[in-house]
Amino acid sequence: MPYQIIVCGGLAPDPLQTLEPVPGAASPGLKNEMMLPGVLDPWASHALYEAANLAKQHPGSTVRLVSLAPKAKLQQVLMTVAQKLPFELMALDGANNGFSDANETGKALGEAIAKLDPPMENLLVFGGWESATRGSGAVMQIVAERLGIADVFLAVDEIKVEEGGSFLVKERVEGGKHMVSRCSAPPAVLAWATGNLAEPPNHPQTGMANMRVIMPSLQKATPTAVGSGMSFASASLPKQVRETRIVKDTSAAEIAREIAEWLKQ
Amino acid sequence: MATTTSTSLPTLKTIPGDEIRQLLWRFEDRYDLAMLVQSVRAVARGPVARLVASGGRLSHDWTPEKDALLPEYDAAGITAAYMSPEEGGFLEGPKNFAMALIAFELAWVDAGAATCSLAQHLALSPIHERGTPEQQQRYMSLAAPAPGRKTFRGAFCLTEPIPYVGVETGMLGGRVRVAYWPTEEEMAAGKEPILEVSKRGRFITNMGFANFVTAAVDTDDERIKTSCMVILEETDEGTYDRGTPTKKLVHQLSSTSDPVFNMKVPASRIIGGYRIEDGKVVPNHDHSSVIEAVFRRTRVGVGLMTSSKLLSAIEPLIRYHRDRFRGSGAVTPGTPRFELGLQQKQDVTHRLLEIWAAGEASASLGFTTARLFDELDPLEKTKTAILAAHGIGGGMAEFKALKKRQVEAIEFLDMQDHLESLRPKARYQALAEDVVVQYVILDATANVLCPATKLWNTGYGSHMMREAVSLMGGYGITEDCPGFLSYKWMDTQLEATYEGPEAVQRRQMSVTMTNPVFLAQFRNWIHEMRRVASHDPGTGACTLASAMKLWTWTLDHLQLAKDANGTKLYQSNRQGVTFPMADALCWLLASRAQILDVERLAAEGPKNPALEDGLDGTVQFLRDLCHMQAARAAGEVARICTELVYGYLSHPSWTEPGCGACLSQNDLVSMEALVPGASGFSDETVGEGGVHETKAGPCAVHPGLNDFAKLRAKLEACMTGFQLAKDRAGDSLTKVMIPAALDYPQ
Repeated sequence: MPYQIIVCGGLAPDPLQTLEPVPGAASPGLKNEMMLPGVLDPWASHALYEAANLAKQHPGSTVRLVSLAPKAKLQQVLMTVAQKLPFELMALDGANNGFSDANETGKALGEAIAKLDPPMENLLVFGGWESATRGSGAVMQIVAERLGIADVFLAVDEIKVEEGGSFLVKERVEGGKHMVSRCSAPPAVLAWATGNLAEPPNHPQTGMANMRVIMPSLQKATPTAVGSGMSFASASLPKQVRETRIVKDTSAAEIAREIAEWLKQ
Repeated sequence: MATTTSTSLPTLKTIPGDEIRQLLWRFEDRYDLAMLVQSVRAVARGPVARLVASGGRLSHDWTPEKDALLPEYDAAGITAAYMSPEEGGFLEGPKNFAMALIAFELAWVDAGAATCSLAQHLALSPIHERGTPEQQQRYMSLAAPAPGRKTFRGAFCLTEPIPYVGVETGMLGGRVRVAYWPTEEEMAAGKEPILEVSKRGRFITNMGFANFVTAAVDTDDERIKTSCMVILEETDEGTYDRGTPTKKLVHQLSSTSDPVFNMKVPASRIIGGYRIEDGKVVPNHDHSSVIEAVFRRTRVGVGLMTSSKLLSAIEPLIRYHRDRFRGSGAVTPGTPRFELGLQQKQDVTHRLLEIWAAGEASASLGFTTARLFDELDPLEKTKTAILAAHGIGGGMAEFKALKKRQVEAIEFLDMQDHLESLRPKARYQALAEDVVVQYVILDATANVLCPATKLWNTGYGSHMMREAVSLMGGYGITEDCPGFLSYKWMDTQLEATYEGPEAVQRRQMSVTMTNPVFLAQFRNWIHEMRRVASHDPGTGACTLASAMKLWTWTLDHLQLAKDANGTKLYQSNRQGVTFPMADALCWLLASRAQILDVERLAAEGPKNPALEDGLDGTVQFLRDLCHMQAARAAGEVARICTELVYGYLSHPSWTEPGCGACLSQNDLVSMEALVPGASGFSDETVGEGGVHETKAGPCAVHPGLNDFAKLRAKLEACMTGFQLAKDRAGDSLTKVMIPAALDYPQ
């Protein structure tokens, strides 16, 4: 069965950058956030790779990325993402970062997807279970609610389509185990963990083909204001502690024991 | 703090990213190029960087690990970027700028990887520029990666008599002879002469894996009229010996060896084709004309490799300087020593700024030149067609025809320098639309900018790369130095040599920079810099304009002047005069390109909302770098011009007749009696017994050079403020946010 796969994905600052929370007018932000290079949120990226893989296995399927992000930043990020796999884009031009309200973000994404009026019988909505930008893990569930989709899977690592149209979904649970569920048919929302796929290599020819469609979509990005329904008392980086001691001829077991003791302190 | 400034001007917030670079180098609307950059970057900072970090450079041989990079280049579009879509590529239009970006991105990590990519394009360039349609179709298509077949890879072979290594097209090694001349019947049936090609190469890049070679060969066979370039394939009859690896010390991720060829190929392998006249094979292009067309484009990429290294050194150096004392128990967090490290002192910030400014200027010059060639390529093709329609088919006839059009080109440039309202509109429009006239202008500019990029970027860049290594202390000369700085430093020496060492570039510039069309253009650029200075005085554009004025005055003077022995100063054999003038011009061109790029960023940047937060600080910082670089350029130009203008005059001596004008003590006493204080105006005096002051002779005075002295004095005064700019930029350097870690190897 060909699927209509819609992937929700926002931006995150490049993880190698220095990320320093600073107070903002309405909510905190990151220092120089707009000037920092961005990436497609790694959790959403996994979802996108899985979507493309699934689409490849089911000819006739389409993949659409719905992204709520500042348009200019998104354009730069697409210069890499668009080279990796074929997809279409629906851009929502709005400020969105790690301090955005998950409810408002979910609402904006859900409404945008609803406007596409996708046929429910083959709709799969993908996204990241978490986010590299202080994710709440709630956005995809809110999107599902907005779209009226009852089958929601969280922390997904694998989807396997069976004959007859049902599919198995592997979700991460406690203790490094997976829970396997069978879903009889779409629609469903899958919030992905890391999946099992490697990052596809860049392929400029794919990028060129994608961008011919993506650039006009980007130009037509809908301005989307994401409201804030919450306030932040403070935001700060986790404390880093560095204690250096130079020793010789210490066994691995001894080093491990010392680290464990240090952690307990 | 390293610097103290009372200004409240904005400072640099982050290291300039892709959005800034796209605007500076004018490809913000080219998503094809933006994607290419990302694709190449992923290869450079991934597999290439990992190989360097794991010691891949420590071998002369072409190892399996190095060979594994080739499919990475193919997959990332690097190999196909040179081809047009119908040949298997994906970029439309001219490719000079795209090639420049590839070289820049690869060299950010390792220039040997960049050379490996560039050499493939270099091998194809003779075919691309001068090949027959059949040759172009075959080799460009085979060299474009495609699923299910091996990519055909090439090498370019031009070697002066071995064992030496270099580019001297007039001293060609290798011979082509006729091995078999078909009978008339065979000719009528389409059989071609068979050529025997014998050539030994030296330091030939890509030779470890090349499937074909484009080789330059001379001839001593009377049945072949001129030298030519031929294509040799590894499966052709004869010896295709890849030779032993060259024991080079740099660019170790490229394959180089000293091959031997002794092969038989059909005459159709002559690049550009041939004709039979009077029982002789007459190549349509001799080897020089092919190579000239090739090198004038590919040299730009080599120049940009060094620029890339300079800019790549900035982030690791800032991190090293800041972190220098962290981890020591004696330095506690929150103290200036902990937060700023070596940046507490002005020396490291100022020296790093000089590296940064040089990197920006050289990158601006290189990308300006690459863009110029993208403009030139289509014009060149149209020009050739127009001239051909008039029965002018290249060579000296074309040279003469183009020379005739120089008058109109200069006329156009003169009009361009005037206000639009003062231009004769119809005439201006006609010349603007005249392809040949526009070609003459762009060609004259390219003939200067290309060697200038190669010469200055690599020569001065090499010097500044050493500075970068030194700023890393002992860490800089270790294999694990972040950013591989010591490798990069060594590699710059090859870049200064590759595709023609400094002397070749200087020689070319010494001729092309006196082209009246270029000089007309250059005069316009002086006015252009004054205009920039009038609305953005902080860029150093006015300083630069004064330096440009001094340079033109000096060139005019040197072309007419003679030395103390009556020998003409500006002549081709007098490289002590011509070469320094070429060097001086390079400084000016680089600084101008840098200023124009920053001006563009200031104009276009506000249109990108992603830059809203930090654009002001970035522009201010980059302008300060421009100011620093303009002052540095002005200083170099002033020094060079002064040396040349005065240096060939003989110093007066005490024994010369002119010394009779020296005043004695009695003369001075008499003068004082008549006009008190007048003795103070006398330059030279002679004491009792004819004893002079203890010095070489009377001080040299050259009334005929007063104009020069005024221009130089003005230039020196124009340097006002550049040290303030440096202090300001230094302040930014202590505050700029850098990533938490270097992004390679990944």
